[in-house]
Amino acid sequence: MRPLKLVPDHTNIPFLKYRVVAMVTSLLMLGASIVLCFVMGFNLGIDFVGGQSLRVTFAQPVSQDEVRERVEALGFGEATIQQFGSPQEIGIRTPVPEGGVDAANQAAVKLRSMIETTYPGATIGGVQSVSSKVSEELFRTGAISLALAMAAIALYVWFRFEWQFGVGALFALFHDVVLTLGFFAITQLEFDLNIVAAILTIIGYSLNDTIVVYDRIRENLRKYRKMDIVSILDLSINETLSRTVVTSLSIGITLAILLVLGPEVIFGFTAAMLLGIVIGTFSSVYVSAAILLWLKLKPDSFVPKDVNPHGAERVAAKDLP
Amino acid sequence: MLDFPRWKVWAVWLTIAACFLLAIPSFLPASVTRQLPAWVTAPKINLGLDLAGGSYILLEADTADVAETRLEAMRETVASEMRRATPRIAIGDISTRGGRLSFLVRDAAQVDAARERLLSVTGSGAGLTGQREWNIEVVDSTRFVLTQTEAGINQAIEQAMGDATEVVRNRIDELGTREPTIIREGGNRIVVQVPGLEDPEALKALLGRTARLEFKLVDVNANPQEVAAGRAPIGSQILPYAEGGGPIAVKRATILSGDQLTDARQEFDPQNGQPMVAITFNSEGGRRFARVTQENAGRPFAIIVDDEVISAPNINEPILGGAATIQGGFTVESANSLAIALRSGKLPVALKVVQESSISAELGAESIQSGVLAGVVASVALMVFMIVTYLRFGVYTTLALLVNAVMILGIMGFFNATLTLPGIAGFVLTIGAAVDANVLINERIREELRRPRGAIQAVEFGYKEASTAIFDANITNVISAAIMFVFGSGPIRGFAVVLAIGIVTSVFTGVTFTRLLVADYLKRSRPKTLHI
Repeated sequence: MRPLKLVPDHTNIPFLKYRVVAMVTSLLMLGASIVLCFVMGFNLGIDFVGGQSLRVTFAQPVSQDEVRERVEALGFGEATIQQFGSPQEIGIRTPVPEGGVDAANQAAVKLRSMIETTYPGATIGGVQSVSSKVSEELFRTGAISLALAMAAIALYVWFRFEWQFGVGALFALFHDVVLTLGFFAITQLEFDLNIVAAILTIIGYSLNDTIVVYDRIRENLRKYRKMDIVSILDLSINETLSRTVVTSLSIGITLAILLVLGPEVIFGFTAAMLLGIVIGTFSSVYVSAAILLWLKLKPDSFVPKDVNPHGAERVAAKDLP
Repeated sequence: MLDFPRWKVWAVWLTIAACFLLAIPSFLPASVTRQLPAWVTAPKINLGLDLAGGSYILLEADTADVAETRLEAMRETVASEMRRATPRIAIGDISTRGGRLSFLVRDAAQVDAARERLLSVTGSGAGLTGQREWNIEVVDSTRFVLTQTEAGINQAIEQAMGDATEVVRNRIDELGTREPTIIREGGNRIVVQVPGLEDPEALKALLGRTARLEFKLVDVNANPQEVAAGRAPIGSQILPYAEGGGPIAVKRATILSGDQLTDARQEFDPQNGQPMVAITFNSEGGRRFARVTQENAGRPFAIIVDDEVISAPNINEPILGGAATIQGGFTVESANSLAIALRSGKLPVALKVVQESSISAELGAESIQSGVLAGVVASVALMVFMIVTYLRFGVYTTLALLVNAVMILGIMGFFNATLTLPGIAGFVLTIGAAVDANVLINERIREELRRPRGAIQAVEFGYKEASTAIFDANITNVISAAIMFVFGSGPIRGFAVVLAIGIVTSVFTGVTFTRLLVADYLKRSRPKTLHI
């Protein structure tokens, strides 16, 4: 029996030949995402904007418009009505009422009692309410953790490799995060704290990919010191291509199944992860290596520049068995 | 690489066996758990509220309130202190406007004596640096101005929050719920988590109540028109009735407060069967209550809870037994809730609910069900994919995945970690990502075989060369898990914990454990060629 090979043994795809096209595509998508984020904004969950959300299971199917009208008649502003699964299960979201904490608590009581009296037999499965003060804090800590994670990882890469790699990794991360944010702006999927966790994880895995490619570039730079830089980059990507495909597919399969069969509550989370894996794979193949070239990475970057020429020879000799 | 020392082989298998044993209690049904000794079943994964159902409430104290209460308390202290001085120090024009206490000493000759007195009641020092709790200033030679220092306010808030947490705990314990978690968070917040409680309204009502009980005499001489207009006579204040009804004027001086209570119970009035709250005083409170009721027989007094008059009955006869009742149109629930609030003590500071979430047990169970189903299907799909891709080595990867899953559960059980919904996602994701280490190794082995190298040498190089990439890739994940843990809250932390544990176990199973299996295979069958 022969093993399944999705990528042939000896690929020789000239990835870097398309670097300008890839980079332009990337920059265009980046630009589009940034514009989208500002123009369309996010459908921020109550974690970030405050308000309350209820999940109600009604005794009979109800019309969403009717529920919306009744909720809005209570006067807390525009309500969002969302269906979960069956027409009997409905999520209701209302913005945070003005007038501080007491007003918010009263609003919650009013909403509950309205549902209980107008729809006998309805059960309220989940309630969440967040005051605007707490939501602002959650938003701030979310943003801080994203920024910190990116900075920490870029620093680590810079220490372990060379500054060009650090910049490249940072750009790849930025690229992946912004594109994911653009996705949330265009789909208007709810953006809550869980999505921040998803993005942090994307940062981790997108970097996983980038690091594996970089690791191979570093290795090849030491091994083939006479080879020109474009060929080394191409060779490194080709050598790791099979691994990239198999790993991305593995995680992709897992996430796709979680998306279809998993609990609805984490739908947005899983969608973000899945998209992140696709974008991350693209950026680690096309973007992160090309950047090294533009940042003038030299073939001798990993040869120690100390005064002892024998030292350099030894490093090269050790890696060439 | 093939030479695994015997002790190492044992260490690997023992580690796996230990994790396996630790994972078992989490899956035992409650009926079995009850028959086993506690130490056997102790390592157990807790289900987060989003899976088990329950309520989460975030309470916030109004810290401005603490400063204000403290200011009012100081006003009373100063007044009584000056009265008690010999000779008595006459003061006037006392006010607490603008967050500071100011008053006039009528006789300029007594200013020094007044200052002496003030120094003794304003506290010696607060905080580590021993800063003063109050600043005392004298303006225009006879006017004292007292302002609270930052250190003084902070100390008071710290004290109030500590006490408040204790009171919240007492009140929740009174509700008889199982295993509530009550934690102070930051400077002025308390997190309350009550598993199994699906309707938090009663809890919120109970915690939202300060339960400051006071007995004060009704000011019978007050002009009803003035009272209706909200103007109180000197020495009195105007308070509203709890159940509607007009405002009423009561004397400022408190006869007795809830601090002197030893017990409060909901009971029924023997005369009309109405629910009421029966309270018992401690000996000092009982004595004082007896004296006041003797002196004021025939006059009304007000029973006040949180600045609202509950009732204002006439004192028909002196109350000597140290027990009294509070009546005032209660239902059984409201009387019971007041009784709980009173006997658990008053909150030193008002608490407000700033975040709340509650999830029903059914919704949680649904989430677990679909989460577990998705997890199982995803794992099976992944294993099939690995086996068709890497054949024998795919089987090793698959075994590593299974062991990895058990190890994560075992370690979570050992730390009594909490599994949340994002935690399940983290779990599934870890399984997906755990294959990366094996993919890296297996691809490396393929490469080495193309060089060409012998089977054993290819495996040896495969493991060796892949290790730096595996190391770097995992460190970056550790970084994001750590940041999520530090900055995240609630469910995100749960996700980060699972992710962090998963990183460690996946390296162990993906690298060490599979190498053990591969080494064993190579030693036993000495293959010439590898199919990978």
